[in-house]
Amino acid sequence: MAMPNQKLQTRTTLKLVGVVLGMFAFGFALVPLYDIYCQVTGANGKTASAYVVPEDGIAVDADRWVTVQFLTNNNASMPWSFRPEVRSMKVRPGEMNQTTFYASNPAGYTMTAQAIPSVAPFHAAEYMHKTECFCFEQQVLATGEAIDMPLRFIIDPYLPESVQTLTLSYTLFDITDMTASAAAE
Amino acid sequence: MSAVIENHHDDHHHGPDKGLMRWVLTTNHKDIGTLYLWFSFAMFLTGGCMALVIRAELFQPGLQLVVPEFFNQMTTMHGLIMVFGAVMPAFVGLANWLVPMMIGAPDMALPRMNNYSFWILPFAFSMLLSTLFMEGGAPNFGWTFYAPLSTEYAPPSVTFFIFAVHLMGISSIMGSINVVVTILNLRAPGMRLMDMPLFVWTWLITAYLLIAVMPVLAGVVTMMLMDIHFGTAFFSAGGGGDPVLFQHVFWFFGHPEVYIMILPAFGIVSAIIPTFARKKLFGYDSMVYATASIAFLSFIVWAHHMFTVGMPIAGELYFMYATMLIAVPTGVKVFNWAATMWQGSMTFETPMLFAVAFVILFTIGGLSGLMLSIVPADFQYHDTYFVVAHFHYVLVPGSIFSIMAAAYYWLPKWTGNMYDETLGKTHFWLSFVGVNVTFFPQHFIGLAGMPRRYPDYALQFADWNMVSSVGAFIFGFSQLLFLFIVIKCIMGGKKATDEVWEGAEGLEWTIASPAPYHTFSTPPELPERSMA
Amino acid sequence: MARKESKVGEGQRLKTSLQWLIALAALSSSWQALADWSALNMTKGVTAISREVYDLHMLIFTICVVIGVLVFGVMIWSMLVHRKSLGHEPATFSHSTKLEYAWTIIPIFILIGMAVPATSTLRDMYDASGADIDIEVRGYQWKWQYTYLSDDPTQEVKFISSLLTPPDEYYNRTPKREHYLSDVDNPLVIPINKRVRFLITSNDVIHSWWVPDFAVKKDAIPGFVHEAWAIVEEPGIYRGKCTELCGKDHGFMPIVVKAVEQAEYESWLAMKQQEALQVYETVGKTWTMAELMETGEQVYAQACQSCHQANGQGIPPAFPSLVGQGLAIGPVDAHIDIVVNGKAGSAMQAFAAQLNPAEIAAVVTYERNAWGNNVGDLVQPRAVNALISSEE
Repeated sequence: MAMPNQKLQTRTTLKLVGVVLGMFAFGFALVPLYDIYCQVTGANGKTASAYVVPEDGIAVDADRWVTVQFLTNNNASMPWSFRPEVRSMKVRPGEMNQTTFYASNPAGYTMTAQAIPSVAPFHAAEYMHKTECFCFEQQVLATGEAIDMPLRFIIDPYLPESVQTLTLSYTLFDITDMTASAAAE
Repeated sequence: MSAVIENHHDDHHHGPDKGLMRWVLTTNHKDIGTLYLWFSFAMFLTGGCMALVIRAELFQPGLQLVVPEFFNQMTTMHGLIMVFGAVMPAFVGLANWLVPMMIGAPDMALPRMNNYSFWILPFAFSMLLSTLFMEGGAPNFGWTFYAPLSTEYAPPSVTFFIFAVHLMGISSIMGSINVVVTILNLRAPGMRLMDMPLFVWTWLITAYLLIAVMPVLAGVVTMMLMDIHFGTAFFSAGGGGDPVLFQHVFWFFGHPEVYIMILPAFGIVSAIIPTFARKKLFGYDSMVYATASIAFLSFIVWAHHMFTVGMPIAGELYFMYATMLIAVPTGVKVFNWAATMWQGSMTFETPMLFAVAFVILFTIGGLSGLMLSIVPADFQYHDTYFVVAHFHYVLVPGSIFSIMAAAYYWLPKWTGNMYDETLGKTHFWLSFVGVNVTFFPQHFIGLAGMPRRYPDYALQFADWNMVSSVGAFIFGFSQLLFLFIVIKCIMGGKKATDEVWEGAEGLEWTIASPAPYHTFSTPPELPERSMA
Repeated sequence: MARKESKVGEGQRLKTSLQWLIALAALSSSWQALADWSALNMTKGVTAISREVYDLHMLIFTICVVIGVLVFGVMIWSMLVHRKSLGHEPATFSHSTKLEYAWTIIPIFILIGMAVPATSTLRDMYDASGADIDIEVRGYQWKWQYTYLSDDPTQEVKFISSLLTPPDEYYNRTPKREHYLSDVDNPLVIPINKRVRFLITSNDVIHSWWVPDFAVKKDAIPGFVHEAWAIVEEPGIYRGKCTELCGKDHGFMPIVVKAVEQAEYESWLAMKQQEALQVYETVGKTWTMAELMETGEQVYAQACQSCHQANGQGIPPAFPSLVGQGLAIGPVDAHIDIVVNGKAGSAMQAFAAQLNPAEIAAVVTYERNAWGNNVGDLVQPRAVNALISSEE
């Protein structure tokens, strides 16, 4: 009776320690799981990375117009000028559209920025296909430098009928420190 | 079996050591239980003082006593201390004292680890409390510490907060592993799982919850630490992260955590009501299954704390339906307790008073919880005093009352003396009145539109805030009476019999009062299925 | 003993009478608080959605009260009757499969009864198509910014809305007036009977934009935009609050929405657009050094000279010199910041409220390049504007 019990205890303890380690890892696994959840549901209006137009193209819905609004904001104390070339576009689902966004750096030093896209309503996010976007990469601007940044996108013809206006917002974050510390490492 | 026991205790004499080192080095489950309980009570008073600072400031509109920065530190520290310092250690203390005595084990399975898991706590909380004196002040971002307020915008003391949470987590995890190993391996021969008292059952399930979610909490604070100091961006949109991710991970821990603070209370009440109704617990099996269902559901409802963050409608609906389902097993429990009382032969000593108040007031908290699960209505309730009223109803007259009930119920067994019944009842009535005067009006304040975590408020909320503050002071100061009663009971009093209570059942009542330093060194003979 | 035990029965009665007592206490202290049910309950609000939510709230509240009364009734009855002191003998039953099934299954049906209307209300709330007006709502520590979206940048109306209650009132130095902590300098103005879409986001930490009368509460999350909408049916002033802890002044960033007739809205918007156009022309254009220095000298003479003196030497120590030292030749952001925000505990005022961004840019440029400072940099008004709109 005695020895098996001791062994049983050790075994139970080890199993539980295993669960603890597993759950700690699971906490971190929630990060990619959350990304998948966002992709599937469009939560927070996050858009996917670069879209590749299928070989046989996308059928254009000639009978339908969708308004796409562009919204630009700077996060926290980001000092750049940042604005869309046009505030809104009327587009046909399935057609390739192009516009640009202007950014300039008035600060006295070189800065790195990252634009974060968000689509409202967010169930429309998965129908916003961007083939080219400045938000796919970081922007580095020296003092006084300005840039016109391209955006090319297609609205999926399967966009639900109820969505007549789609707002694409970009928030510009200052990630100068973050990239500097990454470079230092 | 007894050979093993000897092995565990070679460093022990037959009685306790003398002096301070007895407490520092002890591996005795009763000593460690006592340490946990006293620690918890100290934290209860500390967190309570912070609550009184909050309520004193809210007594009238305007800023009279503290500035908003400090007010936010008070709400944050009050929450953290009450959750991690008062309620959880109290339950661990009760588990230490009672689980071995209830299952006929000589001690906890891992006594040395038991000692460590307690002694981590004073360090963790000293570290947490020391942040109050640091530059920039203590954590001020709420006990839920949502990013980015708790990362990019946090005071420097956040690093100490993170380490304190890590320590509390390690302590809880070690404590829970100990409980599980003890319950699974050290039951008296012949005691099946379905023979165990409900307190043991609820603690077994609670321990599993703790083991499952405390590592997730450790994970989330580790991510914060990395965001703050190592340039990662788990919770910052600019680096590709998402502040809402924080809330998901936090509440994946947080919701089971809420049940960690209530399941052992269910066990306590399920022990006390049958005793004083002199009638067997109604529906033992369904109680066990209901507890397990609640624990399971707690893992799949977390986002009901986040209905306003903007989830897809399918998500909102799923979390609403899943949350509503919790009402079913919880209802089963309440009905079972009512049925236990029905046709009993009841007396109302202090533990029973606390237990009955628990059932009624916890149910009020449960019903407001049901209201909160209805998404469209929650848009109006969310982050108002209605929520504050709700969770205080389940935590104060819920968890805290159950702990008080347990203390009165088992004190005679622990000390060998009866507590002063008149004082006990006085304490109950003051607490009962205080709690309701404090928290009932908060439902109104919330429905009328006062958000939580506000240091000051518009004039239309003034009357009920004043009432609420008066109640808080009544409740707060009555706890000093509790301290007096406990000390008085330890010092002496009418000698308790071994059985203590006329209708009490369970192995702990078969041993002497006060419980000897070592009990069940040889496993007890179980009475014929008396526990079932 | 028996006398003592009857206390619980008394207790239950006491509890009820206690609640009456509380009500009475409040009644005497403030008749209005009770006469006005709205001080105790959720508002019905002024939109179709908010009424739906109110009805839903009352339905679930009633169900909960009925359940509570039944369950507590049984328990209280039991406590009064099944007592040892009355000689009641304990029964021996300890389970009843029928009963246990019943109280598992019946609640499920009650829950379904609650879930059905809740689901339909939620669907209505999520249908945000076809907005007449789009307004961006942006949370800042600790104020709100409203932007009326327009395709024409010169027509864009954008303003900050912050607490009107002065510190003297919340520090109890002057009496608290009506709408204490619930009034703002620039309320959001919307027309009635139009579908207004709110695009809610944040500049820094998470805030939450709540207007109870619209049943709209949506978290403002930095980097992401969420939408909510309302069709307000009655003109009026509706007050709301920030409901997500956002730091020190979380309790001091109220929301005020003024719903007006369409015509009034249009004239208000035209006025705002006129103002916006003026600011746009001065702030939006790129200024030359000569223009900035010229305007800067005028602004300096009008706003700064009395303390810092015409030669910039100031009157130390109260009014420090701006020549060849300190912020005037230091980092430009800090320089703009002190002009915009002033310096606490000193005579330096916050000029953001007195000067427009162009004037601030000009005067900062002037100070950095006059009196032989020759730092050489030039501050564009839009940089000042960015700083003002993004500061805490």
